[in-house]
Amino acid sequence: MTNYLLFVALPYASLAIFLVGSIYRYLNRGFSVSSVSSQFLEGRKLFWGSQPFHWGLFVLFFGHLIAFLFPRAIIAWNGQPVRLLILEIAAFSFGLCALLGVVLLINRRLTSRRVQIVTSKMDVVVYLILLTQIISGLLVAYHNRWGSSWFAAFLTPYLRSIFVLDPQIDAIASVNSLSLKVHIISAFSLVGLIPFTRFIHFLVYPVDYLWRSYQQVIWNWPRKHIRTSRSHSEGHKSLNN
Amino acid sequence: MDVRSQVSMVFHLDKCIGCHTCSIACKNIWTDRKGAEYMWWNNVETKPGTGYPTKWENQDIYKGGWEKNGDSVSLKGAGKFKGLKNIFHNPHLPVLDDYYEPWTYKYQDLFTAPEGDDQPTARPVSLVTGEHMDIQAGPNWDDDMGGSVDYARQDVNLDKLTPAEQEAMFQLERMTFHYLPRICNHCLNPACVASCPSGALYKRGEDGIVLINQERCRAWRMCVTACPYKKSYYNWNTGKSEKCVLCYPRLESGQAPACFHSCVGRIRYLGVMLYDADRIEAAASAPDDQLVNAQLDIYLDPFDPEVIKQARLNGVADSTITAAQNSPVYKFVKIWKLALPLHPEFRTLPNLFYVPALLPTMANVANGVYNSTSKSLWNGVESNRLPMKYLASLFTAGNTGKVVEVMKRLMAVRLHRRGVTVGDLSSAEISVAMNEVHMDADTADAIFRLTALATFDERFVIPPAHREESIEMLENTADVKGNTGFGFKEKPARGL
Ligand code: HEM
Ligand code: SF4
Ligand code: SF4
Repeated sequence: MTNYLLFVALPYASLAIFLVGSIYRYLNRGFSVSSVSSQFLEGRKLFWGSQPFHWGLFVLFFGHLIAFLFPRAIIAWNGQPVRLLILEIAAFSFGLCALLGVVLLINRRLTSRRVQIVTSKMDVVVYLILLTQIISGLLVAYHNRWGSSWFAAFLTPYLRSIFVLDPQIDAIASVNSLSLKVHIISAFSLVGLIPFTRFIHFLVYPVDYLWRSYQQVIWNWPRKHIRTSRSHSEGHKSLNN
Repeated sequence: MDVRSQVSMVFHLDKCIGCHTCSIACKNIWTDRKGAEYMWWNNVETKPGTGYPTKWENQDIYKGGWEKNGDSVSLKGAGKFKGLKNIFHNPHLPVLDDYYEPWTYKYQDLFTAPEGDDQPTARPVSLVTGEHMDIQAGPNWDDDMGGSVDYARQDVNLDKLTPAEQEAMFQLERMTFHYLPRICNHCLNPACVASCPSGALYKRGEDGIVLINQERCRAWRMCVTACPYKKSYYNWNTGKSEKCVLCYPRLESGQAPACFHSCVGRIRYLGVMLYDADRIEAAASAPDDQLVNAQLDIYLDPFDPEVIKQARLNGVADSTITAAQNSPVYKFVKIWKLALPLHPEFRTLPNLFYVPALLPTMANVANGVYNSTSKSLWNGVESNRLPMKYLASLFTAGNTGKVVEVMKRLMAVRLHRRGVTVGDLSSAEISVAMNEVHMDADTADAIFRLTALATFDERFVIPPAHREESIEMLENTADVKGNTGFGFKEKPARGL
């Protein structure tokens, strides 16, 4: 029963909250969607925290994604022990990067008076869940070697079963590793928290900057079209409004 | 030819008395809010001086603006690659202490202090942390410090001068300063717009005002770095950047922006300029010494039938074209050639032009003797107390010839008017000065009139907003533009 709650109910609840909440917040509370940078108040310590934290997470995120989407490729890569070691050590180092970053960021929140002023209750939740997530991940990597190989056997089928709406939790429930369970549970909790915290900022990562033109000019009303066309109704509201 | 209209500005520095009324007018309307206390969308600084934020002109520190890159320009400290690479931590972001930490005083202590031998005092408390603080700097901290070691001598523009020239500038008898009021220039090639990864900044097509959509700003804080004039500010409370909106709700209802309206010295002029948007890139990437001319070239003659035709085709309203024809800015900048852009080498093509101050030129020092009697009433502009090289560093990207030209024109007007009103100058002296700059008496009188006697309607020729076409007027501005300063639809809290 508990397993069912934690590995089926929680994931579905989180995913639903995440989807509905993020879309609602983006559309109706656009003003609150921000990375709420605090660099303006404190810049030096942020550098040492934010850089390793974000780059670490960046790599780990794509690592997890690839393992989920292309498990066979990872297993094939791991066919030779050297390559397995390279992968595992690299992944573990980025995990350590993220841990170091989050510790430094927490330290910054605790020691800089100005940053304390702009720290909200939800920020505390954010740091607790990130700490849990990163530490449990590192523990899994250390104790249950080699994750990059068994991930494909255990987790990918479980995750996939969640996404195809046919949850299979036997394998997960029988695993005898507390850190792995914690890692999964906190991951889904994190997803569910996205609409209620600053986590929302990575959903609005500005990829479109890469292909948009540098200058943006917006007409309230495309007068040129209105004047040169015969139709009275032509012209549409600009998108930025 | 892609003709667009732009609301542009001229500030006449000779007339600025440094009263800061403009700054206060702006502050009371727009930035009197938590997180915005430190912002001065309009600020008035003393030159020579370090300005606000400290040393903002030094792009080796702040990496603002564009730099020439072959036939085009690229952002110095932001852009697609640099911006996304530095998004987790922006190494070129100015921090609060580069401006100053805002504070108030505990006035209540004056009333509640227990009786004692000492006078009660109101201690300063930070408006950020709420704690007692020692004030290190404040708005206009270098006000009037035109000869000081800490401020004037740290002026970035002095780098262009030799040590001897700098020494000469700071001789007690020659010391001088003038004020430099600054607002956002609503540039034709805005670096702030180009730098914003989420596309929250945009230039309005109708009048060229540059705005930040508060709903789309994600605090990637690149515009703060990219604006070389440091006129985009980060609100640490809301997690959104904000900037001067040129009082667009006032402009749309035919009123001058608050800083213009309230200006005590009446130094400010506002009017429409028509320009050719196709030539922006070429103008922005001209070599340094031709930058001013290249920029002035893209403003079009609003009386030229071809320009009028193209403007109409582009949807510029007839009333806007009429406004462009009566624009005081067009007169100062294009016809009379008296006004120059500030730091054109930042290559944003700013739309705020300055008539440089004709500082006292009467006295000079010869052989160590200070001599205040000169042959003529005013000495030549070359003996201006601020070296021409200094002014050229401010207004022409180092082209001294261009500054001297403007100063001579200003001088010619003065000599002419002195002849008219006092009549103690020889007509030969006046005509030499007038002929040198090819100015006739009528032009000089017109310049004098617009400079000294202009009425409100002559100083501000505001193009009528077209209610029937403008969405802001039909719908609630705050709903549609997502802009700042109108109060908030949502609690202006950071995130959730
Ligand atoms: C690639 C996408 C991402 C981008 C562009 C991004 C960008 C940013 C930015 C600009 C800040 C503000 C830093 C400052 O104070 O100036 C920030 C802070 C933060 N980000 Fe991200 N981020 C991304 C992904 C993530 C992810 C995946 C997480 C965690 C799951 C995360 C967690 C955080 C946290 C906790 C902070 C607060 C740091 C602090 O101020 O103490 N970010 N991020
Ligand atoms: S002055 Fe700065 S903020 Fe204003 S338009 Fe130019 S680049 Fe943008
Ligand atoms: S109100 Fe006018 S005169 Fe006074 S400081 Fe501002 S610009 Fe100068």
